[in-house]
Amino acid sequence: MITRTTTEGRLTRALLIGLALVFLGFVLFLPLVVVFSEALKMGLVPFLDAIHTPDALAAIRLTLLIAAISVPLNMVFGLAASWAITKFQFPGKALLITLIDLPFSVSPVVSGLIFVLLFGANGVFGAWLAEHDLKIIFAVPGIVLATVFITFPFVARELIPLMLEQGKDDEEAAISLGASGWQTFWHVTLPNIRWALLYGVLLCNARAMGEFGAVSVVSGHIRGETNTMPLHVEILYNEYDFVGAFAVASLLALLALVTLVAKTVLEWRFDLHAGARH
Amino acid sequence: MHAITPRAARWRQPSVLPGFGLSFGFTLAWLTLIVLIPLATIFLKAAGMGWQEFLAVAFSPRAMAAYRLSFGTAAMAGLVNAVFGLLVAWVLVRYEFPGKKVVSALVDLPFALPTAVAGIALTALYSPNGWIGQYLEPIGIKVAFTPIGITVALVFIGLPFVVRSVEPVLEDLGKEVEEAAATLGATRWQTFLLVILPTIGPALLTGFALAFARGVGEYGSVIFISGNMPGRTEIAPLLIVTQLEQYAYAGATAIAAVMMLASFLVLLLINLIQATSRLRMVP
Repeated sequence: MITRTTTEGRLTRALLIGLALVFLGFVLFLPLVVVFSEALKMGLVPFLDAIHTPDALAAIRLTLLIAAISVPLNMVFGLAASWAITKFQFPGKALLITLIDLPFSVSPVVSGLIFVLLFGANGVFGAWLAEHDLKIIFAVPGIVLATVFITFPFVARELIPLMLEQGKDDEEAAISLGASGWQTFWHVTLPNIRWALLYGVLLCNARAMGEFGAVSVVSGHIRGETNTMPLHVEILYNEYDFVGAFAVASLLALLALVTLVAKTVLEWRFDLHAGARH
Repeated sequence: MHAITPRAARWRQPSVLPGFGLSFGFTLAWLTLIVLIPLATIFLKAAGMGWQEFLAVAFSPRAMAAYRLSFGTAAMAGLVNAVFGLLVAWVLVRYEFPGKKVVSALVDLPFALPTAVAGIALTALYSPNGWIGQYLEPIGIKVAFTPIGITVALVFIGLPFVVRSVEPVLEDLGKEVEEAAATLGATRWQTFLLVILPTIGPALLTGFALAFARGVGEYGSVIFISGNMPGRTEIAPLLIVTQLEQYAYAGATAIAAVMMLASFLVLLLINLIQATSRLRMVP
């Protein structure tokens, strides 16, 4: 039974809901609206033209390439890490989980800096790389490294809680019935965790495509070569090409919206819970 | 069956499941290569500088101003988010209203929207001729290109941390305690202050700390709206980039080391909060 003393009065409720919605409107909704509004300010044709420039298309291609390399790497890592952590008992497990989470607490700029210190011209391996005519910083490998670092924990941290909850009874049954390790993984574990895996991959991909700070430090901003979409947004914006900047930005905002919708659908249908730290 | 060597068996409990060596070995190797060695480089480089030089560049007046700004605005934004994030979480958990599911999904927008996009969007809103800025300018409030603008960007970035930390605890909060408080004659406001707030306190503090840690290191959403004036609106991550562009590697490394130590301290604090609140949960 709901009594007046365990819930708020009608007026208070309406007031609190109103206040929350006004706050969210200003903080979340308006920034989203302004991106599309500014992109389409001059109409559809300038918007399409801005996306269709060679530099913008090169940036889109590079962003897709970076995500296509880093997301599978982190997916394999996430699967391996969560298998080791959830199916076996060993000391030091808590420390291992903390270390996997470490990239979340490092500033994106610092995440880029560490690779400059390692592979830059004055870096630890700089002379050796120059000798062998290899380029990591201000080139695609550096952007991949920084992106893999930034998105490192995403898949693992979605899988670990779920696989801990599921335990290892299913796998042990499969093994005792004569299945091999790989068979057990493919036919027992993977079907159990596929939605959580998809969820982690989704978040990992959104961050990989949208990362700015870390990539900005290692990329060198070479137009048409090492410019990802977020970096291209910055360049256009600083050149006062606002329609162009917001046009490319609107593509990224669209990606964010698609990610949010897919994420919400997964949460509703499969009762997955969002982690608080991304 | 797999033979388990006595040494391995002593370190980890035996299991019939295969694949420990492969998965653990790969995890450790990849973690070391991608995360541990690169992060250690910062501290090795910083240690190689010597105290005198380290202190001189890490705590130069310009760096101090940048820390003050970064930590100050992140704390301010964390406080705003603690209040409004709690309000949003409360409304989402306790009340029903049309469009609630859409609103709930929208809360995660800052996780999904690339920071550079958020940065130019907020600048378009709050610059003197922007959607909101044009109404604030005449009454003397400057948001863009001031610390207020930085705080606005960090409020955007940090909001979901508080909401998502508080929501599950609010959901688990049993009606019984509130009913008991009401039966004993507490007003609704007393119940909130004396019963509900202490229970969700650790979660709220965790959310604040996460938002704070993220805000201190945030770069993409801030640099467009901040104006980037050295000593006034130059955040610490930007100072690292500036130093790097001038090939001042020592300066960049020292400032990065200070910021990393700070965020590790926050991480430690979060773990302590969670450990103590878990202890308190035990009856």
